[in-house]
Amino acid sequence: MSQPSVEIVDLHYAYPDGHSALSAVHLHLHPGEKVALVGPNGAGKSTLLLHLNGILSHQTGELRICGLDVNAKNLGRVRALVGLVFQSPDDQLFSPTVFDDVAFGPIYQGLKPAQVDERVHAALSQVHMEEYARRVSHHLSVGEKKRIALATVLAMQPEVLALDEPSAGLDPRARRTLIHLLSEMPQTMLVATHDLPMVRELFTRTVVMDQGRVVADGPTAQILRDAALLEAHGLEMP
Amino acid sequence: MHVHFLDPYQDRPSLLHRLDARVKLLAALAFILTTSLTPPGIWAVYLLLLAGVVAAELLSDIPLGYYQKRALLALPFILAALPLPFTVSGTPLWTVSLGAWSLTASQEGVVRLLSIAFKSWISLQAAVVLVSTTAFPDLLMALRALRLPRLLVAIIGLMWRYLFVMVDEALRLMRARTARSGESAQAGLRPGGSVLWRARVAGGMAGSLFLRSIERSDRIYMAMLARGYDGEVRSSSTPRVPGREWLILTLFLFLLGALLALSLLLRAS
Repeated sequence: MSQPSVEIVDLHYAYPDGHSALSAVHLHLHPGEKVALVGPNGAGKSTLLLHLNGILSHQTGELRICGLDVNAKNLGRVRALVGLVFQSPDDQLFSPTVFDDVAFGPIYQGLKPAQVDERVHAALSQVHMEEYARRVSHHLSVGEKKRIALATVLAMQPEVLALDEPSAGLDPRARRTLIHLLSEMPQTMLVATHDLPMVRELFTRTVVMDQGRVVADGPTAQILRDAALLEAHGLEMP
Repeated sequence: MHVHFLDPYQDRPSLLHRLDARVKLLAALAFILTTSLTPPGIWAVYLLLLAGVVAAELLSDIPLGYYQKRALLALPFILAALPLPFTVSGTPLWTVSLGAWSLTASQEGVVRLLSIAFKSWISLQAAVVLVSTTAFPDLLMALRALRLPRLLVAIIGLMWRYLFVMVDEALRLMRARTARSGESAQAGLRPGGSVLWRARVAGGMAGSLFLRSIERSDRIYMAMLARGYDGEVRSSSTPRVPGREWLILTLFLFLLGALLALSLLLRAS
């Protein structure tokens, strides 16, 4: 078996006020695996995603990305390996133009201007937004912003995509476009979402979280059939 | 992720916390006024004032160290008084010569500087006691009760309410930047980009924060209009201050007056 893309062993995390957000989380993702992370609001899904790229640092347990320990020494590499897309594209997009935003990661890595251009165009064409490079991100629609947000991390050529609610707030067509985009991507994916129809369509494996714990982890078909499990954790059968 | 460090209010069941906000506000203002009116160099009175504010701190059930940390804010104001020893004329103490220039420090100037430092330290502590023991909405009510224009109180209130939202927003922007600050696997690349580029990115972030704040204020205003806001700020009536607390305030103000009189006497002698 090849090295797992994401390896989480007995992860615990408590917020500074003592409130426990994650406890005893175990999770292994193999390269190319697409996994849905579902559960009620406040279950710890976003908190877990923030750990993947070291924004929050784990207090106990082990966390490795492509074999690299997530610690102060490896943070730079880990952040390039994990593309984290936040739920609100307004948080993700902080530069004046679309180009600047997508170029941030590559420029930060110290790539040459020609390489940066190439990366930006490749990332934008991957999300079918090439003609938007000179646009002001502020004036785009939510669907467009979400795709640009995805491009900002694709430009870093990550191994793992960690997406927080990618389909929230999208109209049916924008959501459909996004599902197509995600299905085309070869990266390992961990996607926190409430969109169970999308989960059924896109992900072969589903992890259910509640109150900071992983309460179920298995084939999507099996989990989405288990009405009792879904209901117990604030979800509905799609 | 939210910001809590900004809110100085510390919820405790202490005597000072239970005191009416209007009484505390008036007492704190009077205390600061007395401190600033005390003439320079009357150390005995300064010590009495310090004892007063430390007594309040002890009564508030909040560790003294907390107050001292917050009172460090006084330091930059003391900087402004640093030239005083050289500009106030009086008995010369020492002379610094810088080539053709020479500066002479006077004893009166040094006394003035130390007095200002001491007084701002005490005053700031009084202000910190006030905001740490009074919840912000109560403080707003007290400001209204003191006949501060309602519009001004409403603006201060809204500012306070949305300051946290803005700080959260800024934190989220910075988190998004951190999340993409990675290192390439290619050897020989220096991560971080140029200083100029980083400054441009930070400028862009400040710009987006500004734009979003304006848009948010528009949305808030529309939400206010939607609920019938007509430009007039109304507020529910405030309860009366209990007679016992009026008495405490009167005694306190009397004490402050006595201290001020004492300081003037000491200065004359």
